[in-house]
Amino acid sequence: MVIGVLDLQGAVDEHIQMLAQCGVTGKKVLSEEGLNQVDGLIIPGGESTAIMNLLLKFDLLKPLQEKVAAGLPIFGTCAGLVLLSRSDALAGIKGKVERNGFGRQKDSFQADIDVAGFDQPFPGIFIRAPYLKQVADDVEVLAKIDDDRIIAVKHGKILATSFHPELSDDTRMHQLFLDMVSA
Amino acid sequence: MKETGSTTVKRGMAQMQKGGVIMDVANVEQAKIAEEAGAVAVMALERVPSDIRAAGGVARMSDPAMIEEIMAAVSIPVMAKARIGHIAEAHVLESIGVDYIDESEVLTPADDNFHIAKNEFTVPFVCGCRDLGEALRRIGEGASMLRTKGEPGTGDVVEAVRHMQKVNEQIRHIQNEKPEHLMAIARDLRAPLDLVQEIHEIGKLPVVNFAAGGISTPADAALMMNLGADGVFVGSGIFKSENPAKFAKAIVTATANPTDYHLIAEVSKNLGAPMKGIDTATLHDEDKMAPRGI
Repeated sequence: MVIGVLDLQGAVDEHIQMLAQCGVTGKKVLSEEGLNQVDGLIIPGGESTAIMNLLLKFDLLKPLQEKVAAGLPIFGTCAGLVLLSRSDALAGIKGKVERNGFGRQKDSFQADIDVAGFDQPFPGIFIRAPYLKQVADDVEVLAKIDDDRIIAVKHGKILATSFHPELSDDTRMHQLFLDMVSA
Repeated sequence: MKETGSTTVKRGMAQMQKGGVIMDVANVEQAKIAEEAGAVAVMALERVPSDIRAAGGVARMSDPAMIEEIMAAVSIPVMAKARIGHIAEAHVLESIGVDYIDESEVLTPADDNFHIAKNEFTVPFVCGCRDLGEALRRIGEGASMLRTKGEPGTGDVVEAVRHMQKVNEQIRHIQNEKPEHLMAIARDLRAPLDLVQEIHEIGKLPVVNFAAGGISTPADAALMMNLGADGVFVGSGIFKSENPAKFAKAIVTATANPTDYHLIAEVSKNLGAPMKGIDTATLHDEDKMAPRGI
């Protein structure tokens, strides 16, 4: 199994280290050719506006949109969730995304969160994090915070979190994605 | 329960900036150009370092109103500078909600003995370093991100290169030393022992380290990335160039893809004149900013 990590900007190495802990070698992807060689793709945390700019600059937006349509498994964290949700970006998750939904950096936080299917809480690390609201009926909500803010979702072969599992030492979210790739 | 201001959250913010360019901007218009070009953050300050050099006098924290205008105008993180050791300026910047504070030698130091106790703040700090001893002292005080000092406002990359090479050489040295020698190394570096031990164990800095101080072209940015920088700060290099928007985009592209030299050649074509700059070898000692706050 080859899992790519989109290598335009952000916490790329952290995802590769998490994959290594799961026994999988991660491969940095920054071209259409690289994209065609992976069984699944991670879009890391970073600045979504910067990543969006670079997707256009490196002619990757359209190929990625085609991969989403073709059902390539994709896991997006934070900026990755924003790009997967924006209709002008990857449009893989139908819902409304609130960028920097919890506020500025001073409001960034850690909290243990309950994730559907996990029997123990997951250490959520939220950095200028987005959240989703009003997702479509076929989007499976895995976690919420503050009553109604959606922070983890699954939709077909797409997994997305507002928080950064790659900054924690808990591999369960990455393992869940690898299971989705294998399935 | 939500915990704000943790080490993970503060260092993590810098990890999200990796591979990106942080640009100095002096007004809303420049901030928008930077965001449009793909900057991962902007540094809001009234005068870029080359203008601070030219103006002379005491350089202080920028007007909070100007910083707030920029915060309102862009969705990317906004950083701002406090004077070294100026605890009150740092608290003021934290109170208006800036995303990162740069305790910066570009401004005139307020305390020539003590840096700010950065651990006590919720907002994360970035600090400059010329070598590993400075880097580890700043981390010991609570810096969540580092940058080379370089020589700000000169457009001459040589000092940034020297500082990056120095830090990396000292890390390699520690990695190859025997554990029983680490105390002597900590003594010589004037660095906390626990951080020297951590470097020995992990072989890298525990926080993100950007390059800063003299980067003014796409090739400069690529050079610093290839020397091991996690990203770059560009101060005067963008808005003192002939075509700021083009320079900004080109530097972003080169930083994201620092070994694709065909691409860097492409984005470097017809950019117009970069900032004029000053050869750092001609600077008098009293005009150098990097030796401030060690």
